[in-house]
Amino acid sequence: MTTLILKRLGLGLFTLWLVSVLVFAGTEILPGDVAGAILGQNATPESLAALRTQLGLDEPALMRYLGWLGGITHGDLGQSLANHRPVAELLWPRFWNTMALAAYAGVIAIPLAVSLGILAAARRGRFFDRFANIAALALVSLPEYFLGLLLILGLSVRTGWLPSLADTYEGMGLVDWFRATTLPMLVLVMVTMAQILRMTRTTVLGVMDQPYIETAFLKGLRNGRVVLRHATPNAAAPIVNVVSFNIAYLITGVVLVEAVFNYNGLGRFMVDAVSKRDLPMVQGAAIVFGAAYVLLNMIADIAAIALNPRLRHPRAKGA
Amino acid sequence: MMNLHSMTAISRRGVLAGGAALGLLGLSGRPLRAEATPTKGGVLKLGIGGGSTTDDFDIRKLTDWVPVNQAYMVMNGLVEIDADNTAQPELFESWEAAEGAVEWTFKVRQGITFHNGKTLTADDILYSLNLHRGDSGSAARSVAAAIKELVKLDETTVKITLESGNADLPYVLSDYHFLVVPEGFDDWMNPIGTGPFKLERMEPGVRARFTRNESYWKPGCANVDAVEVIVINDIAARTNALMSGQVHAINSVDFKTVDLLGRNPNIEIVKSAGGQHFTFLMDCTQAPFTDTNIRLAIKHAVDREQLLTTALRGYGQLGNDHPIPKTDRFFNAELPQRAYDPEKAKFYLKQAGLDSLSITLSASDAAFAGAVDAAAIFRTAAAGAGIDVTLKREPADGYWNDVWMKAPFCMSYWGGRPTADQMLTIAYESSSAQNDTHWKNARFDSLLKEARALLDEEKRREIYWELQQIIHDDGGAMIPMFGDYLDAVSKKVKGVTPHPMFNLMGARMAEKVWLDA
Amino acid sequence: MNRIPLTAWIGLFLIGLNLVLFLFGPLLAPFGQEEIVGAPFDGPMPGHWLGFDQNGRDMLSRLLYGAQMSIGVSLGAVVLSFSIGIPLGFFAAIRGGWVDLALSRLVDTVMSIPVLISALVVLQALGSSLPVLIVTIACLDSTRVFRLARLVAQGINVMEYAEVARLRGEGLWWMIRKEILPNALPPLVAEFGMRFCFTFLFVAGLSYLGLGVQPPFADWGGMVRDNQQGILYGLYAPLFPAAAIALVTIGVNLVVDWMLAGRTIVQGDNR
Repeated sequence: MTTLILKRLGLGLFTLWLVSVLVFAGTEILPGDVAGAILGQNATPESLAALRTQLGLDEPALMRYLGWLGGITHGDLGQSLANHRPVAELLWPRFWNTMALAAYAGVIAIPLAVSLGILAAARRGRFFDRFANIAALALVSLPEYFLGLLLILGLSVRTGWLPSLADTYEGMGLVDWFRATTLPMLVLVMVTMAQILRMTRTTVLGVMDQPYIETAFLKGLRNGRVVLRHATPNAAAPIVNVVSFNIAYLITGVVLVEAVFNYNGLGRFMVDAVSKRDLPMVQGAAIVFGAAYVLLNMIADIAAIALNPRLRHPRAKGA
Repeated sequence: MMNLHSMTAISRRGVLAGGAALGLLGLSGRPLRAEATPTKGGVLKLGIGGGSTTDDFDIRKLTDWVPVNQAYMVMNGLVEIDADNTAQPELFESWEAAEGAVEWTFKVRQGITFHNGKTLTADDILYSLNLHRGDSGSAARSVAAAIKELVKLDETTVKITLESGNADLPYVLSDYHFLVVPEGFDDWMNPIGTGPFKLERMEPGVRARFTRNESYWKPGCANVDAVEVIVINDIAARTNALMSGQVHAINSVDFKTVDLLGRNPNIEIVKSAGGQHFTFLMDCTQAPFTDTNIRLAIKHAVDREQLLTTALRGYGQLGNDHPIPKTDRFFNAELPQRAYDPEKAKFYLKQAGLDSLSITLSASDAAFAGAVDAAAIFRTAAAGAGIDVTLKREPADGYWNDVWMKAPFCMSYWGGRPTADQMLTIAYESSSAQNDTHWKNARFDSLLKEARALLDEEKRREIYWELQQIIHDDGGAMIPMFGDYLDAVSKKVKGVTPHPMFNLMGARMAEKVWLDA
Repeated sequence: MNRIPLTAWIGLFLIGLNLVLFLFGPLLAPFGQEEIVGAPFDGPMPGHWLGFDQNGRDMLSRLLYGAQMSIGVSLGAVVLSFSIGIPLGFFAAIRGGWVDLALSRLVDTVMSIPVLISALVVLQALGSSLPVLIVTIACLDSTRVFRLARLVAQGINVMEYAEVARLRGEGLWWMIRKEILPNALPPLVAEFGMRFCFTFLFVAGLSYLGLGVQPPFADWGGMVRDNQQGILYGLYAPLFPAAAIALVTIGVNLVVDWMLAGRTIVQGDNR
């Protein structure tokens, strides 16, 4: 099992390196260039050439990649082309904002969703199950920005209970912070909860159809007990998988929610950088997103290995 | 949400160091409401769209709305354009021109101190202006290029010699890039100025906080204790923030919903008429637009009324195929308004020897918000005149590099200028690098130069009228409409006036207003 | 699966309805999608049963035109992503070895970068025309399809009947056609439905950022975005396209739920 985990760690690192290649190559092949984007209508051929030299854009791509990769390994993500400030300095506060919101939403959504999902499975076909199913279905069927808009209308503009802007800043009080981020948190909770709940329910029910569960029923065990003691543990690995995907979504997929609430996270940072074609910023954000995703995947896989007895002792053949 | 098209808008605005027309519509210049004297105190919160993580206070690079508004909080300009669109002294206390308007002397205001305690002298002004001259990378360098020589006569007097006479020099110096910092200053993240507020902290593209400069020199100004700027690029989020009371004022209100927003009893819409106009550019050097008849056919094939009511919800003025707005003192009021006339359009097509015409119009919302919708509306109207328009959507990214001034027929806008001369020079003089229709007219050029150096108002008026006629008849730009600047402000904010320059009282709202106690 | 539950019937009905709208929507529309026939944001009235949008165009007509555009784009993207993902996935599973390794690494790498971000970069750079939009989404989405196809094919590949076929000396193509595809079909069809929903919402999200389907064409996501501010003023306009989006995704989800009932394949990776 240790070798398996070590292997997985190595694989993660390798993927991370590939991500860096992809990010660099991807941003390289974009048409247009930074010098043009900075100068805009002001550009003349001479000023473009001068700026390109100044920005080091006329060096070969491989050299620039190696320099960039070397920088990353000790935390230097380069400089913003537009204002010459270190990317890391601009990026990390945004990253922590994104993480904070993800944590706020995750801490509420995940336990709630998993337990409700199990409950729904235990009450298959009963009122609660149907209700939870329909509610979850409705939530996954609406665009998240529309949910956000409805919440703003109901909880902010009409009633004034909560601010419509998730306006956070360094040194703000904890109570203020929670107040400011509650609306975006609610949207994220709704979206992820619906996903996790549906998947948990499906997975647990899938296990319930297995023969050994039938045996448990035949032994005369009560429904709730079967679900909790027999079905859920065996459904743990896929549930961990679903949860990890949703955490990844909370970190990397919140661009729209950040946009609706003007929240100052990494997604907005990225969009800003893309539209300004500030390549070091785009690359920095992309690599951080990539790293977060790879890391989460790795943790999920390792957790799945640790949780699943069969995976702990894989058969010689097959996956 | 972030404005994905802000990049192009930024770079463009950077170049088109904006401004608007002279004079104003009826209301303007006076406060919207009868108000008592300013009261001190409170924190003013502004929700402004048009900022990014790369913003700082470098006066050479001021580009989008957030940095411009913030710069005016910390620094002062040389000349201020007031709500009546007249040049007023700011750090230049007074000025006079020698005959021919080539040589100018300016008096520097006395007794002004920077935030760091230094006293303002002519050297600071020389340093600040020189930042834009030569090969400086300044967005205003083409404006500054008109200055041939800049010297200090004594500690309080600056002499400017121009390349050629310009009676409007004080207006030229009102450009928002011409702000003043202490001599030798270059720490653009921690700006020092003479302005009404000091920067307390800033997270670029997110928020900034400013506190009052207790020894500010301008009377009746710097009324609030502190100003908080929150960058909100998404128009819907901005509107929500105002409606839920999180900010006191927002800029660039959506034309589509401005009437609905105005129904809110706590909110006032501030509508500023100015020189911002939207253009359909025909390249006069590319077929078929080399033919004046074709250009006239296009100019008759657009339903201006429909464009104005649909795209701008009526918040603007009809355009008459020249760039001078009604509010300008040199506006040609006797030039008949061109209307939608399919028959005339067909007539001009015949003159050009054609029965019908197929053209391609390049459009992107990078040109202006709603440009693609406007293009579609034009398409329908033009079809009625036998002109088949194919819409070509161009990416917003790179629009100003790859399409503007390159495509034969494309959409664009101009932010307007404080004087007619500036507007006509930048976009229509043959030698201008930004003559975006590639239109060349020798008579126009010589008249323009003549008017520029004239100090006799009546003679100038006559020439500017003729210049408008020439562009109207022969120019390559079809200009269907002028758009107002729209802001929305909470009624708690007092002292708000429309301003012809740009949104938020010419980007100087923080300096002027006060909060209801 | 002998008895089709009520929810599945509802889902099938919704899918059928949307299929009709997709095929015949524009023919049913009383007005053109570009035609300005009323005042902006006016409410429902006889002749204009759903009122008007932000430019005074007939909402019902726009919805009908939008059906073709929205469903068409998502359908096109998903079909394309499946035709890229499935062959590659099967191929990787059967061949194994370095082919599998290389493809899987590549897919993992692409998947590590959030889809929305990748799409943003590409669409911003190339401009959002319909082909670019569809191909971009399809390419990004095909990574998910590849993963599932590979997983399913691997599972089947080690089954006894597949072993037998291999021992008989059957070729790659035969294996895919006769053994893997029939057995892999149910999960793949379910996945198709799910991916369609996500793509649908994804296109709506791109439209929200201004990079989706471009005007003057109507698409539901873009319509929500264009009309969204109306909701703060108590207007109906944004509710109709939002409801249309919800009905499509609910319909597909209901059917997928029914098809997946009792299966343990979990598709958590959705965005």
